[in-house]
Amino acid sequence: MTATPAPAPRTAAPLPSPIKIALARAAVETKVLFRERDAVVFTFALPIVFLVLFASIFSGVAEGTGVTVAQLYTAGLIGSGVMGTGFQNLGIGIAGDREDGTLKRLAGLPMPRPAYFIGKIISVLVMTVLQVAILLAIAVLFYGLELPSEVSAWATFAWVFVLGVSAAAVLGIAVSSLPRSGKSAAAVISLPFVVLQFVSGVFIPITELPDWLVNAASIFPLKWMCQGFRSVFLGDAGAALELTGSYELGRVALVLAAWLIGGLVLCVTTFRWKGRRDG
Amino acid sequence: MILPGWILGGMKHAIRVRGLKKRYGEVQAVAGLDLDVAHGEVFAVLGPNGAGKSTTVEILEGYRERDEGEVTVLGRDPARPTREWRSRIGIVLQTADDRAELTVRETLRHFATCYANPRDPDELMEQVGLADSAGKRIRQLSGGQRRRVDVALGVIGRPELLFLDEPTTGFDPEARRQFWDLIAGLARDGTTIVLTTHYLEEAEALADRVAVVARGRVVAEGDPATLGGRGTAKARVAWSEGEIETDTPTAAVLELSRRYDGEIPGLTVTRPTLEDVYLRLIEAGEPLADGAPQTVGSAS
Ligand SMILES: Nc1ncnc2c1ncn2[C@@H]1O[C@H](COP(=O)(O)OP(=O)(O)OP(=O)(O)O)[C@@H](O)[C@H]1O
Ligand SMILES: [Mg+2]
Repeated sequence: MTATPAPAPRTAAPLPSPIKIALARAAVETKVLFRERDAVVFTFALPIVFLVLFASIFSGVAEGTGVTVAQLYTAGLIGSGVMGTGFQNLGIGIAGDREDGTLKRLAGLPMPRPAYFIGKIISVLVMTVLQVAILLAIAVLFYGLELPSEVSAWATFAWVFVLGVSAAAVLGIAVSSLPRSGKSAAAVISLPFVVLQFVSGVFIPITELPDWLVNAASIFPLKWMCQGFRSVFLGDAGAALELTGSYELGRVALVLAAWLIGGLVLCVTTFRWKGRRDG
Repeated sequence: MILPGWILGGMKHAIRVRGLKKRYGEVQAVAGLDLDVAHGEVFAVLGPNGAGKSTTVEILEGYRERDEGEVTVLGRDPARPTREWRSRIGIVLQTADDRAELTVRETLRHFATCYANPRDPDELMEQVGLADSAGKRIRQLSGGQRRRVDVALGVIGRPELLFLDEPTTGFDPEARRQFWDLIAGLARDGTTIVLTTHYLEEAEALADRVAVVARGRVVAEGDPATLGGRGTAKARVAWSEGEIETDTPTAAVLELSRRYDGEIPGLTVTRPTLEDVYLRLIEAGEPLADGAPQTVGSAS
């Protein structure tokens, strides 16, 4: 056996910057998201189908406030859309990546691991922005939704949206480690999401729910996200429809930020790069 | 300056393994395995299904945690990988069935962004015979084409050390030759290569040294041409009415020729192939299978 001396390391050049790699991940993840045609159709079509359904079933105006059904459901469906792309799609997608070896392959690369998460979150942001734009366009064109004109309303929209998408995405990343396999992921992740939509004011106005359900829903971010979006699209007139008579924007920010931080901690501590059969 | 032995060992060898053990529940997958792979060497690991090859290789790659033993790969413990260390290592896993919606070219370009000095994706596609599939989505490739992508991704970062776990599974004969050329080229450039395979002719064509692993330990190790006494083994002279094993086959043939007065009916002269030696080694390892407790320690 011949042991030749160790060759000098060949790569004198420094490794590419983590930011460059994260952006490359974002580009690839976004490309892949849009190429999965079924998922794209589902993501974009579902909120629109719900909007058409609800606007047809409950037409009219909430008494005394001038708030239209279109306004109410647009706000709720944006919240559920954010949760759908960030939490549900992302969670199921990552569970699939873990099952089929995508994650394992990436873990073997000289890639800073946060780059993977940043790529996922940016791709979710892009997807959700488009989803919301389409939903708003349809609500404006066909259901007479009037977009707010004040800058402050859009500023609120921006922070609720960014905070909401980030919180949903880190929770999606965290929840992806929960299902035992990629196959069970859809069931494990979709169930809590569907339940949350019913109790958080997406489908049914939160004022119609029993107290204990409202209390339970108030633990989770979706209720607060929808509340934030209502403040944007219903305006001051709609505040009377809230349980407390106010949109409580401070609490919205607080709860969403708490979920974002909690989700980040969960991601860092519980994320599995390997499937259960990978030893 | 006095350096501790493990540092010297890590520098002299690309890979150094002592007393490696790993168990899954009741299964002792790796049972006290020792290995040394020199820099620039092409090292093949042979062994039956379930022998512990992939487990060992994935421990060396930093994927799996070991239970016991000392492991140094390019001067580091693979249980504590760094980005810099990973950038010097290329990995082709035994099973990779990710079905991405990216094309072959996009995938190679993307992986290239992680390395300081990557290979050119277009040249690489040419080398592994994927030039015609460059625009195809990974999901649409055939099994063998898919495997070529795995190999390309393993070498795209110009690794110093390349792990190949059954790389040519599903390759047609032409693809296999092409792959051998690629590996021979990498070896000429000084890349250290660790390869597991069930194709003994592949090990013979590529490897400077082979190790035969059975039941989680190395049962034989050496040059494929001389493994298990193959180089000095007796030749077998067979003809239609008998056969003998002899150190002097030429003399035996001459003697036979005299006996038959010219042509010897059905004459063959053979030496044991790598496969013969391999099968004998594997069978010799077999008694351990019958519930005998596996002895602990660093025999061998
Ligand atoms: N993740 C795992 N969980 C449980 N047992 C495992 C796991 N991976 C491997 N094993 C067991 O460990 C033993 C060695 O497996 P390993 O995959 O290392 O074998 P191998 O030599 O690579 O075999 P092959 O030639 O079939 O690839 C086998 O008995 C296998 O069943
Ligand atoms: Mg294997």
